[in-house]
Amino acid sequence: MRMTWIIAKRDLGSFFNSPIFYVVTTVFLLLYSFIFFNILNFFSFQSFQAGQLQAMGMNLNLNEMVIEPSFHNMSVILLLIIPIITMRSFADEKKMKTFRLLLSSPVHLIEIILGKFLACMIVVTLMVLISAYSVGFLFLLGEPELGPVITGYLGILLMAGCYVSVGICASSLTDNQIVAAVLTFGFSLFMWVIGWGAQAAGPTTGQILQYLSIVEHMEHFLRGVVDTSDLVYYLSFILFSLFLCHRVLDSNRWR
Amino acid sequence: MIEVKNLTKHYGPRRAINNLTFQIEKGEVVGFLGPNGAGKSTTMNILSCILPASSGTAIIQGHDTFEHSLEIRKIIGYLPETPPLYPDMSVRDYLLFAAKVRGISNKGCKSAVDRVIEKCSLKDVGHRIIERLSKGYQQRVGLAQAMVHDPDILILDEPTIGLDPIQIIEIRKLIQQLAASHTIILSSHILPEITQICERVIIINEGEIAAVDTLDGLTASLRKSERLSLTVRNGDSDIEEKLNSFEQVLSVLPGEKNQYIVECELSSNLQDEFARLALENQWGLVEIKPIAMTLEDVFLKLTIEEKDVIA
Repeated sequence: MRMTWIIAKRDLGSFFNSPIFYVVTTVFLLLYSFIFFNILNFFSFQSFQAGQLQAMGMNLNLNEMVIEPSFHNMSVILLLIIPIITMRSFADEKKMKTFRLLLSSPVHLIEIILGKFLACMIVVTLMVLISAYSVGFLFLLGEPELGPVITGYLGILLMAGCYVSVGICASSLTDNQIVAAVLTFGFSLFMWVIGWGAQAAGPTTGQILQYLSIVEHMEHFLRGVVDTSDLVYYLSFILFSLFLCHRVLDSNRWR
Repeated sequence: MIEVKNLTKHYGPRRAINNLTFQIEKGEVVGFLGPNGAGKSTTMNILSCILPASSGTAIIQGHDTFEHSLEIRKIIGYLPETPPLYPDMSVRDYLLFAAKVRGISNKGCKSAVDRVIEKCSLKDVGHRIIERLSKGYQQRVGLAQAMVHDPDILILDEPTIGLDPIQIIEIRKLIQQLAASHTIILSSHILPEITQICERVIIINEGEIAAVDTLDGLTASLRKSERLSLTVRNGDSDIEEKLNSFEQVLSVLPGEKNQYIVECELSSNLQDEFARLALENQWGLVEIKPIAMTLEDVFLKLTIEEKDVIA
């Protein structure tokens, strides 16, 4: 555990000492804030209309009409940005030949992988936490329900964990950061849209495809429900990717 | 201390090393010598548990490099040919990280880092970013990294490559200091370096051991003939002929002005005869001296002869 933290701390240091973290976080926040502003603007326009037409007021709900779509949009931005955060993990170590320092040290491979994962997750969590100012703003002005907000963030972080684990695995495959980023983005997007194949496939295959889709499992979290099957899906997704990463790095030594 | 038996490593179909067997005792300074691509780095990678061997075993202090690699990794310090430096870190931060990752407790880290900074004279650059250091300093940081946990065994892969002559001398001095208290394995294709630092040489060529011996032993065993240099004042056309008249003389080569290189059979001790000859013929003897075979000659002879056999 100590080694994991030591390695994570070094990676965090290189995130914060280079412009990467600041640029990525700024871009993320600008995009997210712009989208959030527009969603909120649309909501206030509808509220204004509802004030004039009494019958429409029933459907106005901050959780459903502002927070939920914001989370959806945030998950898309994360899909675009996380490959940039994870691409360096192993690719850079291999390119700079620094990986040999770790390999010749008394550290288990699994500790290295967990350290890298932890560092990227801390960066992503920081970004998501900063963006929570938007929801705080809603609490200041209105009365949204707290439960779905908390489970929503839990869902977002679990989903981000999936992207990060894919990114780290992709980074272990190559010493080229761009290749790692493209692979991560491609695979994550594929896992996102895999559910769309459900209609074309037969009923059983369709159900499986639906279950495999990353975004499908977000829905319950956004509604405020923590379903064990969703938790199992995300956690096993992460563990499986990290396991693959371990196999890749281990087999690299045999070639 | 280190026992290597029948070590073989394949990269795909290419065989990097083949059936290496050698032993290294505690406290020895051993040099791996060989041309580029001979398998030096591969052997060092296996010894430092980075690569597993395809077959054969390497046992370090009773631990197998494959079975108990974690134990071994605690007692070795490894400097790869490209020092594993994170360019965006300061020297001190980097060494602290290296110390922690090598398993030194949080308390011991600071003193360990201070010790290697002192030893490798890095005091002036402790707070500078590694990226901006000169190659010589970077190499020293690499060396500091390898010895931060005070390992029993140091494995240094071409520690002086790419340095200027002054830096080479500094690094060499540092290694000589370390030699007193560590077992050191060093690789190089620079011969004088090996001659100066190492007690024993393992010559590797095309993945196989060409020779293992002490420096003196190596030069002696490879000498199939002795060479004498004879210099005279008065050049004479029949000198070569007269020298050749001895049975033990194999060949006479005219060297620089009035100098003759005489190759003769081992322990034929012809100095006296030559001196007498010079006096009788009034050549005006200036000097007679044996020419020792340098490691360079040995190296070339070994690696080239091997090649000839293969070809």
